[in-house]
Amino acid sequence: MLRFLARRLALAIPTLILASMIIFALQQLLPGDVATALTGEERDPQVIAFIREKYHLDEPLPVRYAYWAGGVLRGDLGESIRLQKPVSELIVEKLPVTLELACLAMLVALAIGVPMGVLSAVKRGQAADTIANGIALWGLSVPNFWLGILLILLFSVELGWLPASGYVSPFESMSDNLAAMVMPAFVLGNAIAAVMMRHTRAAMLGVLGSDYVRTARAKGVSPLRVTLRHALPNAAIPIITLGALEFGQLLSGAVLTEQVFSVPGFGKLMVDAVFNRDFATVQGVVICTAATYIALNLAADLLSAAVNPKLRRA
Amino acid sequence: MTAPMTKPLLDVRDLAVAFDTDGGAVHAVNGVSYTLHEGETLGIVGESGSGKSVHVLAMLGLIPRPPGRITGGQVLFEGRDLLALKERELRKVRGGAIGFVFQDPMSSLNPGMTVAAQIIEPLRIHLGLDARAARVRAKELLDLVRIPNAGARLDQYPHEFSGGQRQRVMIAIGLSCRPKLLIADEATTALDVTVQAEIVGLVQELKRELGMAIIWITHDLGVVAGISDTVQVMYAGRILERGPVDDIFSDPRNAYTLGLLRSLPDLSGGRAGRRRLHQIEGAPPDMRHLPPGDPFAPRNAYATPRCRTEMPPLAQAPGAAPGHLVAAWYDLPQLLSREAAR
Repeated sequence: MLRFLARRLALAIPTLILASMIIFALQQLLPGDVATALTGEERDPQVIAFIREKYHLDEPLPVRYAYWAGGVLRGDLGESIRLQKPVSELIVEKLPVTLELACLAMLVALAIGVPMGVLSAVKRGQAADTIANGIALWGLSVPNFWLGILLILLFSVELGWLPASGYVSPFESMSDNLAAMVMPAFVLGNAIAAVMMRHTRAAMLGVLGSDYVRTARAKGVSPLRVTLRHALPNAAIPIITLGALEFGQLLSGAVLTEQVFSVPGFGKLMVDAVFNRDFATVQGVVICTAATYIALNLAADLLSAAVNPKLRRA
Repeated sequence: MTAPMTKPLLDVRDLAVAFDTDGGAVHAVNGVSYTLHEGETLGIVGESGSGKSVHVLAMLGLIPRPPGRITGGQVLFEGRDLLALKERELRKVRGGAIGFVFQDPMSSLNPGMTVAAQIIEPLRIHLGLDARAARVRAKELLDLVRIPNAGARLDQYPHEFSGGQRQRVMIAIGLSCRPKLLIADEATTALDVTVQAEIVGLVQELKRELGMAIIWITHDLGVVAGISDTVQVMYAGRILERGPVDDIFSDPRNAYTLGLLRSLPDLSGGRAGRRRLHQIEGAPPDMRHLPPGDPFAPRNAYATPRCRTEMPPLAQAPGAAPGHLVAAWYDLPQLLSREAAR
């Protein structure tokens, strides 16, 4: 098990290096110049020269990458040109918001998607299956921002139950925090629940038709126990893998949803940074996201191994 | 072994099973009737699609419904009609009084549960044992099926066992609640020949120890010869012939049984045994559109015109041992002797 972990972690390093190189290179394709963007209307050539000097903008690309990478290795993600703040500080500030939103959204997705998928597989071809599939299709096809707007209209404008936007730290007020998070979490979770339901259903159908499920039934095991004890754990691996991928997606910031509900998370940070050519911030966020992705995949593999004893040898 | 005077353990009456498909109903089992007595071993032989597996799965509610559907008949087990039982009642029979061993031990055990957990399940459900007692019993069962070092192997997963050992575990599960009837559905088909012999030997030993009745379903006549008291030959969802094992092998009365016997390699004789293996011409019928008469008639060189229009009843074969039943309009021994004279 430890060797498995060590090997996976060793594999993560080249992945991270590659990801950082790609994002570094891609950003150079963005039109515009940081120095001119920062100096604004009156472009003082001296100021521009100073900025270029300070951020090594005149150096060739590989040298600039080396400067940046060296900083990362020392734990310095650089400084946001726009906000004049260390990028690491920005990330530490925004990450908890995004993390909370992502966790709540996953909770919604799992709580809706998995039971619905199981139910529709067990009741295949019956009314429950059709209804669950209809809900999933709806969840997949409704755009997040539109659902978000409708929810705001209903719960904030019409009923006045929930705040339309904003963010309150859970350390200030747990209830206000949840009130602000419940709608964005539902919007994000709803879309994932639909995918989750379809995958759960497919995996469950495969497992329910297997020989060992027949064995369990031939032993006189009750249908509920057959479903939950014999079938679901064996159907869990695709669900776990999908969950980790979706969770990673959520952590990289839900741009549109965060925008609609004005949640100050990664998505908003990223969008602002891209528009302002704030390369250091973009890079920092991307590296952070890539690392989380890798960690989540590793967690998914460990979880799969816990569910499937065969994988433990790998 | 057959004791016609006592009440049968299992009495199957006119069982019929169909599967609904887009191309129409597939008539998998078409009026199967037979009895099985306590302690009797019945070998059911037939090729794929003969209904041999489906009819036992159907009688215990183990076929998927839909598309499967029981279209008629009764299955009396210890006098109770299994087909009339509610699912909850039927569950008490499955794994309790009737144990199952399935074909492929690789896929028939749950890969995510330890062997102990899988053996313990029926013990807790049917015998109401607590966790500790069930575990003790599980170890005894692994000992019973001759798995060495049983105590240490309880907490292993199926993938840590060899194919033959897994089938032993399946047998342990099937026998866990001391069933009156053990149904082995192609239990040795997926195994190597040497392992097959071990498993057959094990079941015979266990039968001597425990005395349960066995239904042994296979397409391998060789296995049937070694294990059964009675043999029943099925084709296209019907029983074509049934009788004491020695009688079926020495005096087959149905052309299909004869075909199966002739397709067995004969390893006993020297030169005389070296003959070309026989092959039954043609293919099994389309189970959606069964021919009106004897389903084997289109492939049968001995078929009479009546065979093609009317299904012969399963009745005592004239001049054969008592209990040797055959469904045929023709007289096979007579036809064979005429053939030999020519």
